[in-house]
Amino acid sequence: MNPVLLAIIKAAVVVFFNLNLVALMVYLERKLVGRIQHRVGPNRAGPFGLLQPMADIVKLILKEDVTPRGADRWIYGLAPILAATLAFIGYAPIPFGPPGWQVADINVGLLYMLMISSLTVYGVMLGGWASNSKYSLLGALRSSAQMISYELGLAGAVVAVVMVSGTLDLRSIVDDFQAQGGLGWLPGWNIASPLLWPSFIVFSICAYAELNRVPFDLPEAEGELGAGFHTEYSSGRFAMFFMAEYAGLATMSALAVTLYFGGWSGLGWFDLDRLPAWLGWYSTIAPTVIFFTKQMVFMVGAIWVRATLPRMRYDQLMNLGWKVLIPVATANLVALALFEAASQRWF
Amino acid sequence: MLESYFPILVMGVFAAAVAGGMCLLARLVGPRHATAQKAEPYECGMWPVGDARRRFAVKFHVVAMLFILFDVELAFFYPWAVLFRDLRLFGLIEMGIFTAILVAAYAYVWRAGGFEWD
Repeated sequence: MNPVLLAIIKAAVVVFFNLNLVALMVYLERKLVGRIQHRVGPNRAGPFGLLQPMADIVKLILKEDVTPRGADRWIYGLAPILAATLAFIGYAPIPFGPPGWQVADINVGLLYMLMISSLTVYGVMLGGWASNSKYSLLGALRSSAQMISYELGLAGAVVAVVMVSGTLDLRSIVDDFQAQGGLGWLPGWNIASPLLWPSFIVFSICAYAELNRVPFDLPEAEGELGAGFHTEYSSGRFAMFFMAEYAGLATMSALAVTLYFGGWSGLGWFDLDRLPAWLGWYSTIAPTVIFFTKQMVFMVGAIWVRATLPRMRYDQLMNLGWKVLIPVATANLVALALFEAASQRWF
Repeated sequence: MLESYFPILVMGVFAAAVAGGMCLLARLVGPRHATAQKAEPYECGMWPVGDARRRFAVKFHVVAMLFILFDVELAFFYPWAVLFRDLRLFGLIEMGIFTAILVAAYAYVWRAGGFEWD
């Protein structure tokens, strides 16, 4: 097929899929948090309240779009679009299946992911600053400081994976798992190596902070800051910030699966070639189904964390980021390098 | 080489179109009854005092400076990590020296109180 056409189709399908995933996650989050807190959660719109996200988006679009007095109109309007766009294009280099099942097969996929996660600060910062509201400004400041602080931990933790895999290409990182094979029944995912456990723990904590999720949702500390950087946003523009948050969660979960949990590779318990012929189509989509199952585990985990943990104080947050996570990530790198050197007898 | 990035551009166009389209739709469909009170920035329901274009705590500036410093240093780890197995002992020693300097800088900032947030 024409590669340009193919690229357009793939990009459209992935964006469309992620839009629906965002809707599903909004529903699932409210429902699960409701159940965990002994409530029912949304149950009015459609069966089991499944149409609730649709009702929400229609409601938001039908609301009045207010621009506060003194706001910088251009930046105020552009910030939510920027946030949503960045959240969606983060998914481009994620390999969610065998070769070809990927929007953009670039050889520095991991750097690209880090770049996108850094750029998301702009949506928050510009939106908060342009609103001309003190709550927004303070929320944006806090949020940017938090995001750039945890960015360091994230970048440091990921270096460990690069050292083990020896590449920045996300597809090669996944293929690397396949080659290793694993200990018998245990798959040879990166997480199977104990030297990568600190890296994974630091990565997950930083990912929550990058996404402004509980327990690091200080930018939206309702009791102190109104709604943080999007206090002044309403209607469609608020919906974009909301959507960006969930799309970012999807991307981060997909990255965690790719780096540590074997991407689209299965557990290796069942050989797909043994399927009967009439189920042959399943072996084509099986890797993608496996990938999204793993991704959903991470996303539901984020909801569970949200329902469980209280919010941190700002000084605790900064201490954790600068004084704990960065040293742990660096120590992990040093340990990994020394272990490798010793086991390969480089000295 | 560069054509492998083309799908990202396409994806960006789609995403921006969806986001921009929804904002535009909301502007077209939603009601518009602008009043002076409604346009005031939210400040607990009081009349806002001054505007939000004002100075903010210097602590945030310190965080930004430290971020740039350490982020650039971290960026140097990436090429080394990719070639980690090929450079062997040479790379290990080079990076050991680099990490030692980084740790010294980190310890200095800690002692100087750069990470304190009160």
